[in-house]
Amino acid sequence: MTTAAQNANGAGPQPENLVAFRGVTKVYGRGGASMQALRGIDLDISGGEFVAIMGPSGSGKSTCMNILGCLDTPTAGSYRFKGVEVGGLSRNQRALLRRHYQGFVFQGYNLLNRTSALENVELPLLYRGASASERRARAREALETVGLTGWEAHSPGELSGGQQQRVAIARAIVTKPAVLLADEPTGNLDTARSREIMELLTALNRERGITVIMVTHEQDMAAYATRIIRFMDGLVASDQPNGGKSS
Amino acid sequence: MIGNTILLALREIRRNVLRSFLTILGIVIGVGAVITMVTIGGGATLQVRQQIASLGSNMLIVSAGKRMGPGQASSAALFKEADAEAIDAEISDIAAVAPVTTQSLKAISGNQNWSTSVVGTDNRYLRVTSRVLRTGRSFNDGERRGGAAVCLLGETVKKKLFGSQEALGERIRLQKFSCEVVGLLEGKGQSSMGMDQDDLVVIPLRTFQRRVSGNQDVSLIQISVREGASTDKAKKDIERLMRERRHLGPSDDDNFTVMDMKEITNMLTGTTTILTALLSAVAAVSLLVGGIGIMNIMLVSVTERTREIGIRLAIGALEREVLTQFLVEAVVLSSFGGLIGIFLALAGSVWLSAVLHVPFVFNGGIVLVAFLFSALVGVIFGYFPALKAARLDPIVALRHE
Repeated sequence: MTTAAQNANGAGPQPENLVAFRGVTKVYGRGGASMQALRGIDLDISGGEFVAIMGPSGSGKSTCMNILGCLDTPTAGSYRFKGVEVGGLSRNQRALLRRHYQGFVFQGYNLLNRTSALENVELPLLYRGASASERRARAREALETVGLTGWEAHSPGELSGGQQQRVAIARAIVTKPAVLLADEPTGNLDTARSREIMELLTALNRERGITVIMVTHEQDMAAYATRIIRFMDGLVASDQPNGGKSS
Repeated sequence: MIGNTILLALREIRRNVLRSFLTILGIVIGVGAVITMVTIGGGATLQVRQQIASLGSNMLIVSAGKRMGPGQASSAALFKEADAEAIDAEISDIAAVAPVTTQSLKAISGNQNWSTSVVGTDNRYLRVTSRVLRTGRSFNDGERRGGAAVCLLGETVKKKLFGSQEALGERIRLQKFSCEVVGLLEGKGQSSMGMDQDDLVVIPLRTFQRRVSGNQDVSLIQISVREGASTDKAKKDIERLMRERRHLGPSDDDNFTVMDMKEITNMLTGTTTILTALLSAVAAVSLLVGGIGIMNIMLVSVTERTREIGIRLAIGALEREVLTQFLVEAVVLSSFGGLIGIFLALAGSVWLSAVLHVPFVFNGGIVLVAFLFSALVGVIFGYFPALKAARLDPIVALRHE
């Protein structure tokens, strides 16, 4: 299917959004034991937004996040990322999309143990085939952006939770991605640390124009976003703009 | 990209130094054992060749009885001195013929005594066995014919009986008679079978027959074939002559044996070669076991690092890149093992060859083969775990605790 054909029967002639879900469903398992995680979602997110996705456990927000991050594909419906139909891509093609356009931040930080902060941040650049000097320079710059200058040589075990999450954010933005996908980034942090992380994400969104899509349980954290989408039973229950929180 | 992959592998190995070392221990031992076996075996073979060459590779030995196999021989009448003279007279291309008869006796000088091999022969023995006199003289004609009580001492006997004192002109006792030392032989060292070739006393054949054995028998005839002549032809001629002299009919089997030193050379080097091959094969099995060890640890490592693999895949690593990373890790590990093994094997071979008195022969071929084989072991046994890692689902892998 070509982009033109999609546009003709889909959203029309308006400019393509960064993310476009059309009737996305996701079914786990088969037959009687099957479970419908998403029941036909339509969703558009354009570049530069700061979106918070909320909802109770099992509402489908994690499944939605996996599909957004090209880690999973819809059972039916269409997911277009930057105009590319992700459903039709191979595993490796989806990996290339992640490598070039997406950054990930997880609840559990997911840094490599016994590896210095600098090496952790360098990792995505390694897969891009950047030279050693470029890797080093960009990793230092990313660590500086998250306020961790001077901590380059420390391994995750030597850093606090908040610092580890900052390293993870540095790793996500070191490739200058189009979108930053954050899955409960403050889930393991206390309130003060959580605020710092949220302010960092807000700054990245406002100053660098990085689209941020964040899953969270906490209303306080969602308040930082410019748009809040609530999931319920595999459907979008509400989708409202939010003023955002000035820091 | 491959440079980055090797960098990743090296970081990974560095993160787990102790485990990496234990992983490659099997390869270290395997490579080390194979190279040591082949090097020592090569040295032993070379030594056998050198010693036989020093003995004279163009030597034939005629002995009584038919060799049936190792250690077996049928008994038959011994030779007489006339047999040796007949060979000397009738066979062409012969450089020297020596009738030899030996017995183990105790040699005594003063309060020193030493059990040694007493050889009854004549001066031609020195030529046939490529021995040289260091000092003194060989037997003169009168001593040879008259069976005089004179002797030549091998280096070992001289040392045991006289130490550093002058032996020439002294008398030693052999059994019930005493004889005068008229010459000392140059040392020849150990034989290929580990025998001391300098542990002997040479006396004239007549003296031996009269005072030791009490009969006219000669147990061996040693023949040196002229340089450049065919030992095969000389051997056949001698066999024909001896059959005639021993009155064997056409249907009778030989009751004597003509041994060619070349055959003995081939037999001995053949034995060491087979032994080397066998030991190397056993060592190669340990290399295989080492490979299985690598696979085992790599599989454990994949399970243990499931989350890490998930992170890499989420960040945008391709299946191929994860596969390459784990494969390179296995190959780098096993090659490290190979290198350490080579180093240990060379050090061990130098030491062992000194202890075993075997020349150290560096065999570059086996070092290269062992190294390449260790890398190959990494590829073969690393592939399955690497594939397992590459095929992981990033969502599941990220949730793995």
